Amino acid sequence: MPADAIAHGMRRLGAGALNSVARIGFATRFFGAVLMHSPQAFWRFRLTMREIYFSGALSLVIILVSGLFVGMVLALQGFDALSKYGAGDSLGIFVALSLVRELGPVVAGLLFASRAGSAVTAEIGLMKTTDQLAAMEMMAVDPLARIVAPRFWAGVVSMPLLAALFSVMGVFGAYIVGVRLIGADAGTFWGNMRAGIDFWPDVTNGIIKSFAFGVAVSLIAVFEGYNAKPTAEGVSSATTRTVVVGSLAILAIDFVLTVFMFRGMGVV
Amino acid sequence: MNRSTLDFWVGIFVLMGICAIVFLALRVGNLTSLNTVPSYRLEARFDNIGGLKLRAPVKAAGVPVGRIDRVRLDPKTYEAVVSMRIDNDYQFTKDTIASIQTSGLLGEVYIGLGSGGDPQMLADGGEITKTQSAVVLEKLISQFMFDKASAPPAAATAAPATAAPAGAPK
Repeated sequence: MPADAIAHGMRRLGAGALNSVARIGFATRFFGAVLMHSPQAFWRFRLTMREIYFSGALSLVIILVSGLFVGMVLALQGFDALSKYGAGDSLGIFVALSLVRELGPVVAGLLFASRAGSAVTAEIGLMKTTDQLAAMEMMAVDPLARIVAPRFWAGVVSMPLLAALFSVMGVFGAYIVGVRLIGADAGTFWGNMRAGIDFWPDVTNGIIKSFAFGVAVSLIAVFEGYNAKPTAEGVSSATTRTVVVGSLAILAIDFVLTVFMFRGMGVV
Repeated sequence: MNRSTLDFWVGIFVLMGICAIVFLALRVGNLTSLNTVPSYRLEARFDNIGGLKLRAPVKAAGVPVGRIDRVRLDPKTYEAVVSMRIDNDYQFTKDTIASIQTSGLLGEVYIGLGSGGDPQMLADGGEITKTQSAVVLEKLISQFMFDKASAPPAAATAAPATAAPAGAPK
């Protein structure tokens, strides 16, 4: 009896592993197909524009408000810890470096995955459930070109802009708390920040990161939507998967990119 | 949604994003200073560069005039060869002295250039021959400790000498 249970467990484990490998392979093929159909998304830019509005412009509020608060909390905690070692002057560089290099792209990416990615998955999944995608194919309209590619590229375009806005709001929030409330010197706040942060590589690496997160989250969102089981339950679990897999992908990609980007800069 | 309102909001979003990137570049980062300015390369050899890092500033009289570009070890002489990029606006004489300095006790390490009086100027790729290595704080402290350690015998011989006259009358 236990042998049976073990064999059963092993079989399920193996099937799960094979399935997930096959899924990765399918996702790669899907990515290729989306890229192949992308020229049409740019050719009929109106479609992409509409998606930029829905994923990007409508995410502005949550990104701006979160950025502001993250910056304010960073300034409070950072000033407390730094001033213990007499390094309160480094508040500006501390806040700006953590925002530009890490928190801006990562937190904006996580918010984007849950705010816009889940919406895209639910929309495409529901289209599939209600046979709208099949109807399009009947009318010789390729849903990959008409539905998927514009949403993918909208995410890729929006993500770096949102991450940059997040960082700027964070720096602004840190300025409000650090300089206006706590009373750090405004001159050293901005001066140290500018002296310690270079456009190349700090800011550009942040932009490259957010671009990579945009590709990953958008791909996961459209993929999960396109492959959702055409049931109410299937759409809901696809939406959940978008947020979970998207967030984990962001964190994993962030670690890998950070190791490559900041190695030999005295960080790693 | 109306087409023009959609365009308007997407336009606002993209403009805000681009403004944010420009702000990060100019206000938070230092794109404007030294990076885009045309520069030339100088080299200097040091016995010990201490904690000097890549991209550390090069200063003359405290004013940043360039950055450390590359640091390598000469495999023959075992000297550190530091190349730096100096802003084209600043020229230095052939007998310039380059020294590795620290701002404050624990501050950043930078290269200080002290100009001499030679009429000839260093050109691109030139080498600063007069250099002063980093003062390693630990070495300084250990030197001080050894001095102290060798001092007590001297103090011990001095003490009886002064004590002896006091004891002599007895």
